[in-house]
Amino acid sequence: MIRAFGYNEFLFLLSAVQWTLLLSVIAFIGGGIVGLFVALGRTSDVKPLRLLATGYIQLFQGTPLLMQLFLVFFGATVVGIDMSPWVAAAVGLTLNTSAFLGEIWRGCIQSVPRGQWEAASSLGLRYPGLMRYVILPQAVKVAVPPTVGYLVQVIKGTSLAAIIGFVELTRAGQIVNNATFQPFLVFGIVAAIYFALCWPLSLLSQRLEARYAAPSR
Amino acid sequence: MALATEPTRNGVAPPMSADVVIRMEGVQKWYDQFQVLKDIDLEVHRGERIVICGPSGSGKSTLIRCINQLERHQKGRITVNGVELGPHHRQLDLVRREVGMVFQSFNLFPHLTVLENCMLAPLKVRGTTKAEAKATAMRYLERVRIPEQADKYPGQLSGGQQQRVAIARSLCMNPKVMLFDEPTSALDPEMVKEVLDTMIGLAEDGMTMLCVTHEMGFAKSVAHRVIFMDRGEIVEQNTPEEFFSAPKSERTRSFLGQILAH
Ligand SMILES: Nc1ncnc2c1ncn2[C@@H]1O[C@H](COP(=O)(O)OP(=O)(O)OP(=O)(O)O)[C@@H](O)[C@H]1O
Ligand SMILES: [Mg+2]
Repeated sequence: MIRAFGYNEFLFLLSAVQWTLLLSVIAFIGGGIVGLFVALGRTSDVKPLRLLATGYIQLFQGTPLLMQLFLVFFGATVVGIDMSPWVAAAVGLTLNTSAFLGEIWRGCIQSVPRGQWEAASSLGLRYPGLMRYVILPQAVKVAVPPTVGYLVQVIKGTSLAAIIGFVELTRAGQIVNNATFQPFLVFGIVAAIYFALCWPLSLLSQRLEARYAAPSR
Repeated sequence: MALATEPTRNGVAPPMSADVVIRMEGVQKWYDQFQVLKDIDLEVHRGERIVICGPSGSGKSTLIRCINQLERHQKGRITVNGVELGPHHRQLDLVRREVGMVFQSFNLFPHLTVLENCMLAPLKVRGTTKAEAKATAMRYLERVRIPEQADKYPGQLSGGQQQRVAIARSLCMNPKVMLFDEPTSALDPEMVKEVLDTMIGLAEDGMTMLCVTHEMGFAKSVAHRVIFMDRGEIVEQNTPEEFFSAPKSERTRSFLGQILAH
């Protein structure tokens, strides 16, 4: 039975946005927490930690996100865990995001001049205090624009969760299309919604970058 | 304080009998194949003020950076304040909190105010109370004569002011010895004096000091001993009077010729 694309269909798409956003937020927060440790490992003096973090980053940057979602989703089944598409998508996106944020933040940590580490350690600060009070506060300033910019990638990345059956914006689009057979209209609207979510973030990122790039006080 | 009557006289005998604060014995360091420090022997006594000079690349920075282990040495022994520096973090911590260091490029923390710069280490390393850390910080900021800048950020200060804050920041840890690595080299000429005056003030108070500097006027008036380094070795050391008037080695003479020609 073919329906026309109407107000109800549009509302259905809009309500799916909440799942896209929720998944994005979870991936971003989870990825941020894990990513901090990845970045710390990547900049560590301890060689095994550095190698581990480097391998982790390369693994996730060197394979398609979709394969990572598949591996988490089907891998869970293989080891006997019954994982819902929702959890699988959250875990997969978190891991992927952590690798990319870890690499972005590594650069930010390393952009803090060597002299800052030396001054802090010569005052007797040890690694945790040195990081927390001296290095990270300075790295965060550099990190904000690219991090906000990366949020756009996270939001777009959630669309792949549609393929393992999680109903977010893209999957909702497929469902509506199956009922209406108006793919150009439906996916046009889906794309427009993504754009409405991502564009402000891109703008924000650019403006932040311009602001921080201005000569500091 | 005992030296205050004759503030800048280095004729006062260096306190040789007093205890040794820093002892380096046969210290060697390499960067890959390149040997930066060749068998360095050095004793610094409490209250002693030493100036280290020498051509660029001779290993002056490396020598003083080994004392608080910003650089690790590969051979020999370094003992600071009775603690021998070894592979363990505990010794490193004990040494670093007693050794202050002032860098050529100031290295103030740009995201913290002047006051916060001075309070950070006492709060986080010594665990003093906030009130106490603040009182100490203000005392030393007054001593380097910039208490009115306490709430500014380093970027708002001139180079000379920043370097004085860096000195105050080190003093807040109440160090037993202060290391200076060309503290005035990055400064505009008109700001050199205010920093040197601050260092002379420290000397008057009896601080043990090890300064890498090419300010020969400072060396003449403040140092008990001048050390000349070249190619990773201590080539010559003497009282400033002897060092400048009767340098023993040819390398020292040619170096002094270049320096004093300016
Ligand atoms: N991280 C490093 N890796 C390799 N070589 C280094 C490193 N740091 C210093 N060196 C070399 O070690 C030598 C001594 O350096 P050092 O900085 O101690 O000299 P310096 O006497 O302080 O010179 P300057 O007056 O230019 O500050 C130089 O030849 C320098 O090129
Ligand atoms: Mg040097």
